[in-house]
Amino acid sequence: MKLIRYAGVIIGTFMAASLAFGQMNLTGAGATFPYPIYSKWFNEYKKLHPNVQINYQSIGSGAGIKQVTEGTVDFGATDGPMNDEQLKEFKDKRGTNVLHFPTVLGANVPIYNIPGVSAELNFTGEALAGIFLGKITKWNDPALMGPNPGVKLPADDIIVVHRADSSGTTFVWTDYLSKISPEWNTKVGKGATVNWPVGLGGKGSEGVSGQVKQSANSIGYVELIYAKQNKISYGKVKNKSGAFIKAELASVTAAAAGVEMPDDFRISIVDSAAKTAYPISTFTWLLIPEEIKDKEKLKVIKDFLTWMTGPGQKMTEALDFAPLAAPVVAKETKAFAKVH
Amino acid sequence: MSTVSLAPGSLHGAPAKQSYIRRLRAGDAVTHTVTLLCASSILLVTALLVIYMWNGSALPRQKFGFGFITSSTWDAGKGQFGALPFAFGTAVTAIVALLISVPLGLGAAIFLAELAPRKLSNYMTFLIELLAAVPSVIYGVLGISLVVPVLQSSIVPFLKKTLGFLPIFSGPFYGVSIFSACIVLSVMIVPFIVSVSREVLMAVPTDQREAALALGSTRWETTWKAVLPYARRGIYGSVFLALARALGETMAVTMVIGNSPKIAHSLLAPGYTIASVIANEFTEATGDLYLQSLIELGLVLFALTMVINAIAQLLVLSTGARLEK
Amino acid sequence: MTGLDARRKATNALMLSLTGICTILVASVLFIILGYLAFNGARYLSLDFFTKLPVPVGEMGGGMANAIVGSGKLLLLALSIGVPIGFFGGIYLAEFSHGTFPFIIRYTTDLLNGVPSIVIGIFAYAMVVHPMGHFSTLAGGVALGVMMIPIALRTTEEFLHGVPQSLREGGLALGASKSRTIFTVVVPAALDGIVSGMMLDLARVAGETAPLLFTALGNPFWSKGWMEPTSALPMMIFTYGISPYEDWHKQAWAAGFVLLSFVLLVNIIARTFISRLRTVY
Repeated sequence: MKLIRYAGVIIGTFMAASLAFGQMNLTGAGATFPYPIYSKWFNEYKKLHPNVQINYQSIGSGAGIKQVTEGTVDFGATDGPMNDEQLKEFKDKRGTNVLHFPTVLGANVPIYNIPGVSAELNFTGEALAGIFLGKITKWNDPALMGPNPGVKLPADDIIVVHRADSSGTTFVWTDYLSKISPEWNTKVGKGATVNWPVGLGGKGSEGVSGQVKQSANSIGYVELIYAKQNKISYGKVKNKSGAFIKAELASVTAAAAGVEMPDDFRISIVDSAAKTAYPISTFTWLLIPEEIKDKEKLKVIKDFLTWMTGPGQKMTEALDFAPLAAPVVAKETKAFAKVH
Repeated sequence: MSTVSLAPGSLHGAPAKQSYIRRLRAGDAVTHTVTLLCASSILLVTALLVIYMWNGSALPRQKFGFGFITSSTWDAGKGQFGALPFAFGTAVTAIVALLISVPLGLGAAIFLAELAPRKLSNYMTFLIELLAAVPSVIYGVLGISLVVPVLQSSIVPFLKKTLGFLPIFSGPFYGVSIFSACIVLSVMIVPFIVSVSREVLMAVPTDQREAALALGSTRWETTWKAVLPYARRGIYGSVFLALARALGETMAVTMVIGNSPKIAHSLLAPGYTIASVIANEFTEATGDLYLQSLIELGLVLFALTMVINAIAQLLVLSTGARLEK
Repeated sequence: MTGLDARRKATNALMLSLTGICTILVASVLFIILGYLAFNGARYLSLDFFTKLPVPVGEMGGGMANAIVGSGKLLLLALSIGVPIGFFGGIYLAEFSHGTFPFIIRYTTDLLNGVPSIVIGIFAYAMVVHPMGHFSTLAGGVALGVMMIPIALRTTEEFLHGVPQSLREGGLALGASKSRTIFTVVVPAALDGIVSGMMLDLARVAGETAPLLFTALGNPFWSKGWMEPTSALPMMIFTYGISPYEDWHKQAWAAGFVLLSFVLLVNIIARTFISRLRTVY
């Protein structure tokens, strides 16, 4: 008797689960920063739930924010949290609030392509600001040679590559430069798009990586995984404590450790004071509307979010993204209840 | 109608014949209405387009007025938008592309219209017109993988050695640049110049040539002094046609121009065009002012291509040659 | 021979050879494009390319099956919008109208034809995507269809004009109504040209990327029906082409080869038809 009841429950749950979803197609768009892990996640999720297709398009954080505000996609993704003005625009247009849910931690690294230089270069924050301001124009500038004794840097012009599109990666990068350099702060400031003093524009993290890879003597900024997957050199950055830190799981996790996570999850962790922290680390977020009218989609989204903070977190390290710390996951799981 | 009608049942009495005729006439009316509706849909779509673009750009037009066209700041973060860098990029790439492609295209057209045997001319024209069918994105990929590296390794260093003193060739070359976009664009528009100019040249009456030759001109002098001036307007038309095409080109240009909204005096610097910035930034323009500024840019481009196309039409049609599209 | 004569002869020889060189240069560009694409594209073609879906970013392998099907669906939709409207509109201009109204239509048609494709894209976004609340194959098809209308209309009109008036008069003399004459006599006479023109039109929109960026958006999976975002060959070429991944570059070449082959094949067939027609009438 008991066996039959158990079997019935299992079969029933299985049927209910597959029926519960029917054929579901969701569309999300946004950040290129976490695209490698997101595309992996949505692919894996489809294998587990064959009737759920989550189509994520990596078109940049700015586009993600815009399209989720316009309601043309079911969720957005960004590494630059929405500012109050954008939150208000969302509320006005969609009639409900938008919630930020952190997914992974990543590192924004300076990538470079200098023929003949395969060493890992050390960059100070000031040097990076100088390069992107257009004040440091040659690779053999003292500010670059100083931290890199023993490396033969050429006397060639530095080609700066930045993002052409509205980007959370840019937000994080300029956030860091603004904290490091008062001149950058007043002249350019931080934002998803800024008025770049110098440089070429690449579309998406893919475009920036591609551009750096094919331009000798160039420098750009992308998420760590793009540099690693494409074997592009990336440098160490000097953190607040004075050490040159390489971007990797441990240093990124250190940047987020002990940080007081606000209730709306919008936080910046650049220029962390922690000793072993990588100074240009960041959370990245999914943007989910608080009220989702389509109840079928609501179920899928909540199920995915739960999966993402559970089994999903185990897949991040293989792609060099740091998983979320337990307290953050706990806080987030409680916040999932807000989505209705 | 009364005796020659082929209507079935016409011999059997008036009612059947009349209803059939009525049905025939009704058929005419139906066809007339359906075809009229379809033709008018063009008017509807174009009107909708213009209305949308005009209304959709109201905010920046109010805020910046004509200053939009003269301002060179494009700063989404600070809400400052100006069209000048993009208009500059669009104009420069199109004009330089024309400077390269018009002599080449005209030369080829002269050869194909005047000198080549008819069969060879037709065959080569066929091939050249196929160039016009190659999709823009493929030109873009070829631009990145073929044009830019070749420019970087051989052509630009040569240019800098010989003409480097000129301000337009000054400054560092990063590969992606206005110059690369010009080269790619010129390849894309040369087929239009060849095709239309050739038709226009072939439409010049033979007596013009015969008169010149009878007076003792060489073949070249005939072409230069008798045929070309006659076909002048049609050739200008082909140039304007190519120009209109160059202005609206998006994908190939986006992939090789460098996407930098700055006005530089050197062709070797990166730049930006109206079509490219719309392609890159439209889906992410948060805030109404930003989005509408992009729409206003589209409106500027639309107005520009409208004027140029109209001029092209007038010029080519006035020579009687058919406009190939 | 005086010095002047010699100079004129030399100029003649020089300029004429220059024009020959121009022609060779221009024609050789086509061969360079084809050759480069064939070399790089054909060698990366595989069965996987045509049958598999893309794999997650950074992983190797996968294909563009969904992009090929997506392009097919978009073109089908574009055809069903562009061809009927263009065809019937062209009939109206050629058979039914006189005076200034056809002039206005012709001018507007050429105007619409000259609109940059990116502008058509933002128009389709505002007219279809925004009201519907999502990106879709339908929006992409509408954008491409609108782009097809002007050329379809002008082609139909042009070839109908080329049909001799005697055929029309013959039909009417035999008692057929005007519409019957048009559809049973005039159109069949012009049909070869019209079909060729439509094929050229189709080949042109097959390669369009810009309008799809804001309408079809893209999709790593199969796109079912017409209401979902879809992938398309030109978009994949763009995305993969500007990326840093070697594997993606290879796939972009293969896709470029497939797209170009399709476009050129359609063009060659259509143009051969038309050139044969021109000699008849």
